[in-house]
Amino acid sequence: MGNKQTIFTPEQLDAYQDNPFRQRIAEVFSEDGDGNMTLDDFLDMFSVLSEMAPRDLKAYYAFKIYDFNNDDYICKSDLEKTVNKLTRNELTPEEVRLVCEKVIYEADLDNDGKLSLEDFQHMIIRAPDFLSTFHIRI
Amino acid sequence: MATEIEAAGIEIDGQVESDTQSEEDEGKEKTSKKQPRRETVRASRLERKKPQRDKEDESKEEHNCPRQNRASRRKTHQKKNGDGKKAEVKERDKKASTKDQKNSENKEKKTNKKGKEGENKQKKGRKNSTSSESSNSFDEESLSEEELAMLMEQVEQRKKLISAMRNKPWRMVKKLSVLREAQAFVEKFEGALGKGKGKKLYAYKMMMAKKWVKFKRDFDNFKTQCIPWEMKIKEVESHFGSSVASYFIFLRWMYGVNLVLFGLIFGLVIIPEVLMGMPYGSMPRKTVPRAEQATAMDFSVLWDFEGYIKYSALFYGYYNNQRTIGWLKYRLPMAYFMVGISVFGYSLMVVIRSMARNANESTADGEDDNFIFSWKMFTSWDYLIGNPETADNKFASITTSFKESIVDEQESNKDENIHLRRFLRVLANILIICCLCGSGYLIYFVVKRSQTFSKMQNVGWYERNEVEIVMSLLGMFCPPLFETIAALENYHPRIGLKWQLGRIFALFLGNLYTFLLALMDDVNEKLDEEDVVKNITRWMLLGHHNSSMGNSSADTPPSLDPADVPRGPCWETTVGIEFVRLTVSDILVTYVTILVGDFIRACFVRFVNYCWCWDLEAGFPSYAEFDISGNVLGLVFNQGMIWMGSFYAPGLVGINVLRLLTSMYFQCWAVMSSNVPHERVFKASKSNNFYMGLLLLILFLSLLPVAYTIMSLPPSFDCGPFSGKKRMYEVIQETIELDFPLFIAKIFSYVANPGLIIPAILLMVLAIYYLNAVSEAYQRANAELKKKMQMQREEDKNKRNNKTNNNSMMQDLEDLLAPSTKIEIYPKQAEGKKIESPDQVIPFGKQGKAEVLNGSPMSGGRRAVLIPPPHLLVTRPPTPGIWAPYSYADKPWPGAHPLGLVPGRGRGHPCYSHAAR
Repeated sequence: MGNKQTIFTPEQLDAYQDNPFRQRIAEVFSEDGDGNMTLDDFLDMFSVLSEMAPRDLKAYYAFKIYDFNNDDYICKSDLEKTVNKLTRNELTPEEVRLVCEKVIYEADLDNDGKLSLEDFQHMIIRAPDFLSTFHIRI
Repeated sequence: MATEIEAAGIEIDGQVESDTQSEEDEGKEKTSKKQPRRETVRASRLERKKPQRDKEDESKEEHNCPRQNRASRRKTHQKKNGDGKKAEVKERDKKASTKDQKNSENKEKKTNKKGKEGENKQKKGRKNSTSSESSNSFDEESLSEEELAMLMEQVEQRKKLISAMRNKPWRMVKKLSVLREAQAFVEKFEGALGKGKGKKLYAYKMMMAKKWVKFKRDFDNFKTQCIPWEMKIKEVESHFGSSVASYFIFLRWMYGVNLVLFGLIFGLVIIPEVLMGMPYGSMPRKTVPRAEQATAMDFSVLWDFEGYIKYSALFYGYYNNQRTIGWLKYRLPMAYFMVGISVFGYSLMVVIRSMARNANESTADGEDDNFIFSWKMFTSWDYLIGNPETADNKFASITTSFKESIVDEQESNKDENIHLRRFLRVLANILIICCLCGSGYLIYFVVKRSQTFSKMQNVGWYERNEVEIVMSLLGMFCPPLFETIAALENYHPRIGLKWQLGRIFALFLGNLYTFLLALMDDVNEKLDEEDVVKNITRWMLLGHHNSSMGNSSADTPPSLDPADVPRGPCWETTVGIEFVRLTVSDILVTYVTILVGDFIRACFVRFVNYCWCWDLEAGFPSYAEFDISGNVLGLVFNQGMIWMGSFYAPGLVGINVLRLLTSMYFQCWAVMSSNVPHERVFKASKSNNFYMGLLLLILFLSLLPVAYTIMSLPPSFDCGPFSGKKRMYEVIQETIELDFPLFIAKIFSYVANPGLIIPAILLMVLAIYYLNAVSEAYQRANAELKKKMQMQREEDKNKRNNKTNNNSMMQDLEDLLAPSTKIEIYPKQAEGKKIESPDQVIPFGKQGKAEVLNGSPMSGGRRAVLIPPPHLLVTRPPTPGIWAPYSYADKPWPGAHPLGLVPGRGRGHPCYSHAAR
């Protein structure tokens, strides 16, 4: 947790290869949006994903990560992508659709059929596991 | 934006800049030059104050020079400030709003400080001259104080900015630059502000703060390292999820509790007895009987906890009934009794406390059912997972949890054949009750048989261990049977799991209680036997005494060897031995099961798979899963055994501590080496309190037999600390009578009066009733509030819904109307009332309106109520709604230009507010 480490071993870097959103994280934190990170972007990423980062900041970046098409709204296609990434396409299309509909029904406060940042924050701030799962320990 | 900043700058500069002279100034200077000016004024004022304190800074000296001719300049500007005051008021309003902008930009302002110095002085002069000339010096002083305060405020803001930098969703580049800038600013002015020794103190403070943070982190690390097995459990958790880890955490917690119990019993009972009590062989109860001495050291005897072990401090019978032992006058019987009670007291307290804490945590989490799917989607992936297998399992568990939720959702929506399901459930319950009764009877039967076996001399190994074997077999085969039967019920898996836990619990409980009943029979038998032996012993002692009386003096003690004295069966020790045997066999069965069922199986599956006709890993045997519920229940029942047995066998807790210690390492190893993670991961946090509840139940149940024996069975006459008394609890009365002053004994006798105890119990019952009622009321209030929150949420949703509908409607309208209005408005304004221009507008307007009305039929009518108009200053009555103007569009406008059609405005009401102003 608090240990000082300046060199990443290949094992440590490999350990994060299983995250279904790894590509997306790289895209969000890189300045050019293509996943090519500069040192600053890299630092950015770790400052957001560290344990110390505040909830609002984490929520903001989580929103960006789940907003696949970068239109500042999490719409149905984003949700479907998320579900399929999370379940490795194990669910049938009907189930995916049901899940997406339920998510929008639950979290969409303004009934516009997609989640804005505000909706997302309103929902994620109440989540009990969000802070404990949305961070990386090096 | 720029104008505002400019205004703010002016306002801070001199507060009276709106006269003609200053406007000319503004015309000449660019805004970028103006902002720095404000900064420099502040700086220079500050520096003006500083020299009073220290003279070292030469640049400040330099700045001070222009001050001398300020007075003369002031006079020159005096007349120009005649009408400046009004503007000052207006611009002050903007001050607050622009503060943030000020903060983010002042580095460059300082650069051209010098150049602006002269002008600044002029302005200052001007400003000062607005007040009365006579009080010049005083005025200047107060104003600079004000400036100072402002500067301090700014420094504070910087500091806040620095500390809140983490929370800003900025890029690292921006963060770094802003941070550096702010740090530079603070560094520069922190000392300059100079509260006392300024910089040094500040630096010292900062250093200490940093050191403190580092120390705290190190200390936290240290604390984490001090938690036993934290890393082991974390490792298991990262591979098997939190539910398996919860078992190990439970195990660790149990180990802690047992360690405390062990400390109590060893420190207060066993060690005093070993150190200060009579040594082995000094008394009949501390000596192996003559008949057993030959085999007392054999391993087979020791393994059954007979022989030397039976006559050791590990069991009840070894203790002497001497009131005080050793030079400390340690009251051992009293201590034994009190420790026996406090084992239960401490366990109860700990279990209830941790249950309450768990309950608090679970309510603090706020079980909000509003966002089941959202949370599953956005927070179920654990970013900490760094292992492919765990990741696979996480994927699987997310999928199953999604499926579960989908099933929930579908189940709540539809309801199929309820009668068939009810029938099946009743059937399953009947089957399981039959199983339970059967297993209970089997145990009773076996215990009975074992009693007859114990009377026979040459019995085999099987006969002696029949009870344990049967119980272990039942424990092994019943749970899967129950699981099979439970498939009939078709419960939701979560509820099914709880039923399964409850049934296994009932099975174990039935086993335990039939075992106890059989033991009770045994004890009663022993008690009868004891009476006989008591008489024999008395006669024998008497006879021996008489015979010794014959040939020696009267007061020599009978020299009968302690090993030869006939003794009673000592039922307490028998019970203790029974418990110890059960515990040990339980340990062995658990370990052997793990070795065979998990490790050997895993080896077989792993290595035989190379030459087998089907895929062993994916097919039938595959690898074992970690059986959380079985393990936890095993732990709980083992603990119940410990609680019950520890009164009769003080050494039992020591055995249990060893067991928990070894099983921690052994099970950790077994899990990591030969188990595969679960497919269905159930929530660990919720079932934790369920386990605690089971533990509490077991604790209560194991308290009953012990309390019964203490209160209503006579202790053995020749063994144990309470021998010679009618009941065990008499040791308390004895202590009170002999060791306490008289009045305490009196008080105690009053308190022990049934006339007091019964009202006390009644009072407690009433208190429980009252507290229960209160908690129910709270729960109801809680539910009510939850409902209200839900309603609020719905209302909020509706409100926003309408609002956005409005906004989107206005957006639509403007998008549609913008091109036409741009053309149309101008002629209108020019000619006043014109008719043909609205004609063109009408179709668009109607179209837009129709769209909106289709979208939400209510919005049009309700809008006036639903939208809170915070800055909607409607001054004209004939514009009731936002879209209303269009419906009247075919008539000439009452006003000169159409209010709703101002081009370039984004939303509906801002244009009204603008117009109203």
